[in-house]
Amino acid sequence: MEILVCVKRVPDTAENEIEVNNDGSDISRDDLVYSVNEWDNYAVEEAIQIRDNVGGTVTVISVGDDDSEEVLRREMAMGADKGILLSDDAFNGSDGKGLASILKAEVEKGKYDLIMAGAQADAGAGQVGGMLAAMLDLPYASLVNKVEVVDDKKLKVGREVEGGNVEMNDIELPCVLSIQTGINEPRYVGIRGIRKVASVEIPVHNASDLGISPDTVGGAGSRVKVLDYFVPDLGEGAEMLEGSTEEIVEKLVELLKAKGGIK
Amino acid sequence: MTPLIPPSQYFLLGFFPTILFSFLIPVAGVALFTFIIAKRLAPLVKAAPDNRFDNIPQRIFNLLKIWLIQYRQPRYMLAGVLHMIIFAGFLILSLRSTSLVVIGLSSDFVLPGFSGILGVIYNLLKDYAATAVFVACAIAAVRRGYFKPARYAVPEKYGHDHTKEAVFVLGIIMTLMVSESLFEASEFAAGEHGGFIPPLTLVWLFTLLLHGSSTELLQPLHIISYYVHDIVFFFFLCFLPLGKHFHVITSFFNVFFMRIRKGNIKPVMYGISDEKLDELESFGVKKLEDFTWKHILDFYSCADCGRCSDQCPANAVKRPLSPRFISIKARDKIFNNYPLRGKFLKSESLIGDIYEEDEIWSCTTCGACEQECPLGIEYIDKIVDLRRGMVDEGMVPQSLQKPLSALEKRGNPWGKMEKKRADWSKDKEFAAGCSVKLFEKNETAENLYFVDSITSFDDRMQDIARSVSRVLTHAGVDFGVLGKAEKDSGNEVRRFGEEMLFQDLRDQNTEAILNSGVTRIITSDPHAYNALKNEYSGLPPVEHISQTIVKKIKSGELRLSNVQDMDKVYTYHDPCYLGRHNDLYEDPRQAMAAIAGINIVEMLKSRDRSFCCGGGGLMLFYEPEEEMRMGVLRVQMAKEAGANVIVTACPFCLVNIEDAIKVAGMEGQMEAIDLVELIEQHIIA
Repeated sequence: MEILVCVKRVPDTAENEIEVNNDGSDISRDDLVYSVNEWDNYAVEEAIQIRDNVGGTVTVISVGDDDSEEVLRREMAMGADKGILLSDDAFNGSDGKGLASILKAEVEKGKYDLIMAGAQADAGAGQVGGMLAAMLDLPYASLVNKVEVVDDKKLKVGREVEGGNVEMNDIELPCVLSIQTGINEPRYVGIRGIRKVASVEIPVHNASDLGISPDTVGGAGSRVKVLDYFVPDLGEGAEMLEGSTEEIVEKLVELLKAKGGIK
Repeated sequence: MTPLIPPSQYFLLGFFPTILFSFLIPVAGVALFTFIIAKRLAPLVKAAPDNRFDNIPQRIFNLLKIWLIQYRQPRYMLAGVLHMIIFAGFLILSLRSTSLVVIGLSSDFVLPGFSGILGVIYNLLKDYAATAVFVACAIAAVRRGYFKPARYAVPEKYGHDHTKEAVFVLGIIMTLMVSESLFEASEFAAGEHGGFIPPLTLVWLFTLLLHGSSTELLQPLHIISYYVHDIVFFFFLCFLPLGKHFHVITSFFNVFFMRIRKGNIKPVMYGISDEKLDELESFGVKKLEDFTWKHILDFYSCADCGRCSDQCPANAVKRPLSPRFISIKARDKIFNNYPLRGKFLKSESLIGDIYEEDEIWSCTTCGACEQECPLGIEYIDKIVDLRRGMVDEGMVPQSLQKPLSALEKRGNPWGKMEKKRADWSKDKEFAAGCSVKLFEKNETAENLYFVDSITSFDDRMQDIARSVSRVLTHAGVDFGVLGKAEKDSGNEVRRFGEEMLFQDLRDQNTEAILNSGVTRIITSDPHAYNALKNEYSGLPPVEHISQTIVKKIKSGELRLSNVQDMDKVYTYHDPCYLGRHNDLYEDPRQAMAAIAGINIVEMLKSRDRSFCCGGGGLMLFYEPEEEMRMGVLRVQMAKEAGANVIVTACPFCLVNIEDAIKVAGMEGQMEAIDLVELIEQHIIA
């Protein structure tokens, strides 16, 4: 099976103190460390496991600047066979549709049976996977937390629904899936693994390679524009539980039951 | 009476010369033994290299102390003393057994040099030795077969019980002692030997019993006991390499080659420098042959005594790890893959076969097992090598991936910002009374206080950093900290198998420390102390704050008051990386004792038998399967000792013990404090 996984380099939320910058146009980006978007990492692990079971290749692609090469290498150290970087100054500031159209151009250059993306990334919109599927006119399943290969024409995919239940669906290949975290346990990639793939060539495709007109992507082509980032005012509603440990636990359990947190 | 005919001149049924047996039994025995040993050597030859031919004088010393004197045996008194008797008996009787083999061919044979007074003394000695071995084996057999001490039990998942083999071998040894004695006693009873019979020995007893018997009884007894001894002796020799009694042969070599240095981890591959590591195809131990030859020898040498697992804190809290079975399972696998007959089998991944991932992650590397092993078997290097193999294959639990990634990016496992590493020193109240120099601001000092990650970033442990600073300032020590240039020491990064990340951290720290121009490093974190002292090179001397404190008390620069609270009963908990890994047991105790009137009690498990608090560094992030926390057991031990304050000298111990006090519901009855905090409380300004 030929699998393509879209990945993105994002600020690592576990290792940064995220703050909005002074003019509210972005988060403060000094002193940030980056890693691969967590959802994408699960998608790559799933792709590798599928490939290891049924054969084929896994290709990882990313839209970004030169720094995005490091996340492609990390995913290749995990076991992806190929990496492709889609990079052009014209891509900067793309909205979801812009990103999807850049990815679509690359997807159409190859022949992929399965295209995977993380359910969402740092912008939190969760829209690229769905738009990509629509542009490619392929079936799409979102928030997938289970994939079974039925044959080379069909997959069974699961999605968590209310109450922790799983809904199973048949989906025909080729298709696009957006992957939820927790679908698997991504393998560890150490420094040694990355060094092993340090010299593997990663092709870079720009707008003209992809046949994209610069004014349809990037800030120029964006039809959704970010206006402002701000920290919401602290609201009411926080309740401090008081008493001995036992009393606090008892109150907490009652509250969780009342609000439907536990059965 | 007619003298008895010796085995070398006897004719069975009147025509068959038994001397043929005397010839054939040893030849067959030695040939079979040689064949078995050759097969057993095969995996050692195929194993990874190991550098064990250095420090020969120290190795000879270890051989005398641990092998010959059996120094570690009495740590388990009854079993230890029994073993020492049997071991000493074996050494003495080895000469007698060898000469007996030749006596079967030539009855007048005497070992060279043993014809005179030496021979008389030796005969006396060996008769008592045989008797002592017989009695010791009898006691051991009853103990093993009837009383069945708990530490020999084999949990179901590890296979069948080993009692039968143990009692069988004790029976064999007793048979050897009895047959040797009967062979001699029958001769004495026939009256041809006018010599002295050592009283209260087996020979003496049998001679008494056989006194007055006819030649018709004594002659066959003489011959039969000889050949019983001969056959059993060679059977035993060939039986040894088939199970846990292989240690009778391998212990000599195993102790000679045992580890000499403490506190360090073996290189990924002996003979490969750090720069060449990238060229290695694979890292760590994935299959049997990836172990070094010494580690294979360890597996052969395990006597299944169970002392390692009896001391292992992971085993005590029912984590899925028992060091004893790390050895036994590997030994059985070697025996299976390298059979005496038939082809050697191809090795496969050990994880998922004989070992589980959680089993290998469960070890806190506290070193209690290695400290105890009477045969010098090591475990930490094997565990680390297996982890290196798992890291290389990406088999790392999610709970550890986050902190490892944070260490890679931010130099600390919590992913805190580098620039906030020295923020503990900016606390207003603290900064008003004590200023800490920062090398990153181009300040200079003679000494470096290496804080390490947990003391830099954990809210509670930052108190330790501030106490250290105040104590050093009081004692007139000129010191500074590295701030954002300091990275995690990497002690656990290396021990969790992420070698390349460790080397990165080590190189960054080494550069920062050398750039600071200090002449001494002081740390309050034993894990940092261990790493800087034993895993880094080219650094100025490293000392733990407890050493600094003792020096300054002795020099009079640090003066301590009488104990503040007379109701408190203190006990000192030895951190593994201060005690077992670095032999630092006395300084913290001396520092505490310098507080006049302090009431100190020792826990039953202390010094080199200290019980791990639960593990430091990355172990704080790992989520083990366990029935209870190690720290809870430790807190209970402190209570049993009558203490109400546990003093430790390690931030990780403090985290674990403070948590354990809460988990055990002992808040208000028990408290934990770092040594430096205790000292600071008692400083006379």
